Amino acid sequence: METLSVSASAPEKRQKAVKRTGARSGEVSVRWRLAVASRVTAALIGGYLLTALSSVCLAQFLPLARAEAVVLAMTLSFLVYLPAVLWCFVCRTAWRAWFGLLLPSAVLGAIYASARWLL
Amino acid sequence: MKEGFRQAMAWLHTWAGLIFGWLLFAIFLTGTLSYFKNEISQWTQPELVPHQVTEVDSVNRAQRWLQENAGDAKRWFITLPDERSPALGLSWAKARGGFERKSLDALSGTPVQARESMGGEFFYRFHFQLQMPYPWGRWLASLSAMVMFVALVSGIITHKKIFKEFFTFRPRKGQRTWLDGHNAVAVLVLPFHLMITYSSLVIFMTMIMPVSILTTYGGNTQAFFDDLFPAFKTAPASTETAPLAPIAPMFEVAAEKWPGSRIGLITVNNPGKANASVTLTPSGADHIPNISGTTLMFDGVSGALKDESTMSAASLMLAGGLYGLHMGHFAGPLLRWLYFLAGIGGTAMIGTGLVIWLGKRKLKHAKAGVLPFELRLVEMLNVASMSGLMLAVVSFFWANRLLPVSFAGRSDWEVRTFFCMWGLALLHAFVRVFFREGRSAWREQLTLAASLYCALPVLDLLTAGDYLFASLKQGQMTLAALDVTALITGIFLAWGAMRFGEGGKVAFVSKLTPTDSRRKSDSGVSANSGSEPARESVRADATAQEAN
Repeated sequence: METLSVSASAPEKRQKAVKRTGARSGEVSVRWRLAVASRVTAALIGGYLLTALSSVCLAQFLPLARAEAVVLAMTLSFLVYLPAVLWCFVCRTAWRAWFGLLLPSAVLGAIYASARWLL
Repeated sequence: MKEGFRQAMAWLHTWAGLIFGWLLFAIFLTGTLSYFKNEISQWTQPELVPHQVTEVDSVNRAQRWLQENAGDAKRWFITLPDERSPALGLSWAKARGGFERKSLDALSGTPVQARESMGGEFFYRFHFQLQMPYPWGRWLASLSAMVMFVALVSGIITHKKIFKEFFTFRPRKGQRTWLDGHNAVAVLVLPFHLMITYSSLVIFMTMIMPVSILTTYGGNTQAFFDDLFPAFKTAPASTETAPLAPIAPMFEVAAEKWPGSRIGLITVNNPGKANASVTLTPSGADHIPNISGTTLMFDGVSGALKDESTMSAASLMLAGGLYGLHMGHFAGPLLRWLYFLAGIGGTAMIGTGLVIWLGKRKLKHAKAGVLPFELRLVEMLNVASMSGLMLAVVSFFWANRLLPVSFAGRSDWEVRTFFCMWGLALLHAFVRVFFREGRSAWREQLTLAASLYCALPVLDLLTAGDYLFASLKQGQMTLAALDVTALITGIFLAWGAMRFGEGGKVAFVSKLTPTDSRRKSDSGVSANSGSEPARESVRADATAQEAN
């Protein structure tokens, strides 16, 4: 898994560099395109998942009246979406982008689930 | 690593900005027009004349008309005329489902006899619904807003020396000028950009981020809205009938409870039934935050105050405040113009960004003289989305004045004219960009748009001059102000068209290209803006920006 991600990362960066300097078109590899598509999907869907779970946890744990907590949770949620999206394009590999979103999502999901159904 | 971070941000800024730039340009432009929604509607329905009418008279007239014509409705909504909209706005939910609207003349209390037109409402609706079926348009607009947010923040990160560069503007230097302009307008109205983008997400948050409602309230989402807006809960109509109490006396109670605030919306639930109720909401023009949860609720039969709710919780004020800032209902004339100018700034930022994207890539193909397909595609979309949209907007106003006043379905034809013009502009851009060159597409569309905008006041004089003079005599500046704004827009577009003229190759030629030295000696303009160290740092920064 790790080797795959590393091998996906290296050409990804290099291709970017080639694209920048090379004047001829069509030098962008399929692998690079796939990696970008994967990052975009991670940003859109993974980012949304993390944002939604954050707002669910906020609404659950904010010490406010029910409707107020929900409104605040929704209002602030986009502040989570933004760094989540940025993360997907900053991290070294597309795999990391997914990992970096799905891990905190799982943690938030577990916290919410245990508060809701275990306690 | 640090440089890698900024390069990644530059990459994200570039591509997010490109792919959503065309749509965002349209959203920003029509949204900017929406700050003058009521004023545009006044222009498109010049038959509506503002009157000096008291609130009490207005509400009595509204109540009388609704009792006679919509007595069996489930619910009435009444908005009173104010300084921005001269008519009484009525709408009601019909007993058998469906919704109807009507505007009444505030003086006579009869339906207004005005030409049919959506007016400012069309641009307002378009800027968040994009003429798409519910809820898709709103979802797409919200997605664009999120991309805008990402593009803004990644742009700020890319561009770390924004404040130093703000004072660096180098005119007539091609690509560099566009970049300076992009940065300057971005920084100048940055708080507006951030506010308008984030608040647009907050406005639609229950549509785009509703999970927390579901987890908190289960399937009963209506309970959430009932908690927020207790006065708007719907109760089934009782079978017993009872006459509705007059609404006007309730205004005295409201004046006591909310000193200094007018009534914005009057809601009557189950009119004519034994369980009728009347809800008053303060006018949005008197408060920055949207406080539609603040209400006074009256018994509809006895007319006594039954209940009141106040929206004051911090979290609701945050969301309502963002909502209110976005809509700008509270803005007086000066602030409204500032909103409008900030909106133009945002539109210009998006437009210059699109031009820079293409200009940078055109440089690489300058020697060959042939543009690859994808760059032509971008150029075509640039032309159609910017000058094409300007054409579409002005054609809406032309259609309003040229279509016969009593023509059936004229309102739809105005909208159709808008989209037909936009479509034709796209076709024209396609033909010019792919079979000639992009500059001719810009030049021709901007020339046509400039003449249409400049001629709009003339058209207004010829077709509706009486209304214009009558309104001026009354001291109403709205109609004239729109004409003058169109004229100024036309002059600006004419200047733009001239810049794309045959002679001066200014638009897309960079300082870095060989052709530039020739151009420089032609124009005789030297770099004289910005101190030397500032310019150096800009150059270094611009290199980072270009690195994508």
